[in-house]
Amino acid sequence: MTHPSATAGPPGRSRSAIRPGPGTAHRVMLRLLLVLVAATGLAVLVPGIASAEGEQVIGTLQTSRSGPIEGVEVTVTTAAGDEVDSVASDEDGRWAVELPGPGDYVVTIDDGDLPEGVELAGADNRAVTVAEGRREPVIIGLEDGSRGGGGGTVRAVQLLVDGIRFGLLIAMAAVGLSLIFGTTGLTNFAHGELVTIGAIVAWYVNVSGGVPLIPATIIAMIAGAGIGALNELALWRPLRRRGTGLIAALVVSIGLSLLLRYLIQIVYGGRSSPYQVATGRAVDYGAFTLTNRALVSIVVSVVVLVLVALMLQRTKIGKAMRAVSDNRDLAASSGIDVNRVILVVWMMGGALAALGGVLLGLSDQVQWDMGFRLLLLMFAGVTLGGLGTAYGALVGSLIVGVFVQMSTLVIPNDVKYVGGLLLLIVILVIRPQGILGSRARIG
Amino acid sequence: MGDLLDAVAVALKAGLGFQAIFFALLAIGINVQFGYAGLLNFGQIAFALLGGFGIAISVSQWGLPFWVGVIVGLVAAVVLALLLGLPTLRLRADYLAIATIATAEGLRLLFRSVSATPVTNGTRGLSAFNGDFIALAPWATNARYRLLGTSWSGGELWVAVVGWVVVVLACLLVFALMRSPWGRVLKSIREDEDAVRSLGKNVYVYKMQALVLGGILGALGGMVYAVGTGSAVPDQYQNANTFLAYAALILGGAARVLGPVIGSIVLLFILQFADTGLRLLIDNGIIPEGLLSATDVAQIRFVLVGIGLMLLLVFRPQGIFGDRREVMLDAR
Repeated sequence: MTHPSATAGPPGRSRSAIRPGPGTAHRVMLRLLLVLVAATGLAVLVPGIASAEGEQVIGTLQTSRSGPIEGVEVTVTTAAGDEVDSVASDEDGRWAVELPGPGDYVVTIDDGDLPEGVELAGADNRAVTVAEGRREPVIIGLEDGSRGGGGGTVRAVQLLVDGIRFGLLIAMAAVGLSLIFGTTGLTNFAHGELVTIGAIVAWYVNVSGGVPLIPATIIAMIAGAGIGALNELALWRPLRRRGTGLIAALVVSIGLSLLLRYLIQIVYGGRSSPYQVATGRAVDYGAFTLTNRALVSIVVSVVVLVLVALMLQRTKIGKAMRAVSDNRDLAASSGIDVNRVILVVWMMGGALAALGGVLLGLSDQVQWDMGFRLLLLMFAGVTLGGLGTAYGALVGSLIVGVFVQMSTLVIPNDVKYVGGLLLLIVILVIRPQGILGSRARIG
Repeated sequence: MGDLLDAVAVALKAGLGFQAIFFALLAIGINVQFGYAGLLNFGQIAFALLGGFGIAISVSQWGLPFWVGVIVGLVAAVVLALLLGLPTLRLRADYLAIATIATAEGLRLLFRSVSATPVTNGTRGLSAFNGDFIALAPWATNARYRLLGTSWSGGELWVAVVGWVVVVLACLLVFALMRSPWGRVLKSIREDEDAVRSLGKNVYVYKMQALVLGGILGALGGMVYAVGTGSAVPDQYQNANTFLAYAALILGGAARVLGPVIGSIVLLFILQFADTGLRLLIDNGIIPEGLLSATDVAQIRFVLVGIGLMLLLVFRPQGIFGDRREVMLDAR
């Protein structure tokens, strides 16, 4: 196991050192992959060990589930194979070895001493080059062993929980997509950009403006609703009035998506950056662990989706939305102001997409193309549930989210989206109208 | 003035070079599918990816001859078209659209993934597979040649010449096919699928044939691109390229044999000219650095394509040469 960098952070941030997945790697993995961490800063906290002069190699053996690991034998040899020293980690999991001078050394840990459930993520040794006067931190990757036999169910439960979080997030963004399709017939390929814009507005307000994330999210949702309304008023309503065909409108939405996506890249840049929120440690709930923000994400999604369902079911505008979605002409002839309903759908879709974007940014950082990548999973969810039905989008997205996360049990993490897209194609073969869709819609 | 002429020359080279051939072949394929048969293939870049990597993997990884690689790429494209068409061609048009765009993105993610690294070399991609092809050039490939004020290396020129020959052959094929009874059936499927079905034609099979033919043309485009750049990197096959090809097709005029070719030349000329022009304006301080920096210019082309696509479809869906009545732009 080679790490791209020997500098260590808290265990949760070292994901990329273990799984160099390009952006698709998910935060769940951080909690599952446990890293032996050694940082110069940490070592200073240990009196008596790290205060010595001269060259040292130091490190900390710990995992987020098992805590610090005591009594693991660490052996340091020179590049030629002569043993320098052999120490055991203390009750804080820390160890340090004095070196005779600068040069190349090999640090080996005895994996027989590791507690049950913790395994080496890669090799049991690591070669380091120590410069003069340096205390060289050494990282050796550890896993909690759940990927191997025995821990399989634990990992499956963990992935299920994370899949539900992810699915709820997709659902939130996809409800708008599905309702827009239902009410106007438009397959809106620019919906992913509403997600990105929401996340990025919140990022600017939160990070550049220094506003806490919750008010920033509300501002982003208002902005999302505004952009949704702008979409409808400035583009789609005039196009409907001109009688533009649905396929033409679809290609127009692709043009809009390209335009917005690359404008966002020009403004925001190609970087990916997190929100400014307290990074909490994962809390253990027995079968799975969850960071507080993931828990908040789940709770917020559930509350919002229940509110949306109540609105669709109980309120006048909600009933009107379903009526227009079901049969536009009939709705119009029963006195429903179709254009107003569509405008509300766009505003709601924009606000929900923005909220989904913030939650996605919270778990995966904010990126210029995050919405477009999510769009394909939203399509998968919406198609699975039944194009044009609000509840279908919900059910389908949840299934897609869980499927994508659970698929990492068998496929590597960086191709997990491919699994979701494959699912989409399988649905089209078996039941193209989706779970809740009606046969008549598929033409 | 000299700068401006240089910008025109650079743009002219882009409009005639292998990138234009790449987009022309993609757009000819989309023309068969979208222009004539009314199929919405939004994953054309996936076929190009298979074409490019078909050669790259065969030659660099498996050590096969170049021409076997070409065949591998074409076979892969046919298989993909069949896989995509089987579930979706019986459904409404937007299902094919969603399935194809998803496949294109999925294939790219798969090809750049860590687990695919032994075959595709992951995000770094493959190179050094076009030697056999470049060696066939009848002139010295390392010398430089001047043409219409532009400078070409012998290799670039050879790829461009062969590429344009492929484009011409593809156009002749499309021309002949669309005059044949097969082409007339295809066009009538676009106009009214049910009417064609009532005449006893198997609409599904015709659509499938169109999808496969378009996919093969897309794979050829990908091959020209891979050979032209000398490398095959998964991230070169971004999904936005499919829409660049759509923009080229609609600009030139869908359902016209030469529409996609003219569209690609004009589009690449405009994009490259805008690119060079903007860089010049930034370098000379006419556009302040704060508004737009030189690194942003690469993104501008997609912004332009986005605006262009929207304006074209709203105000002139038939493009330069198209016939408004013939441009199928309604759902079915």
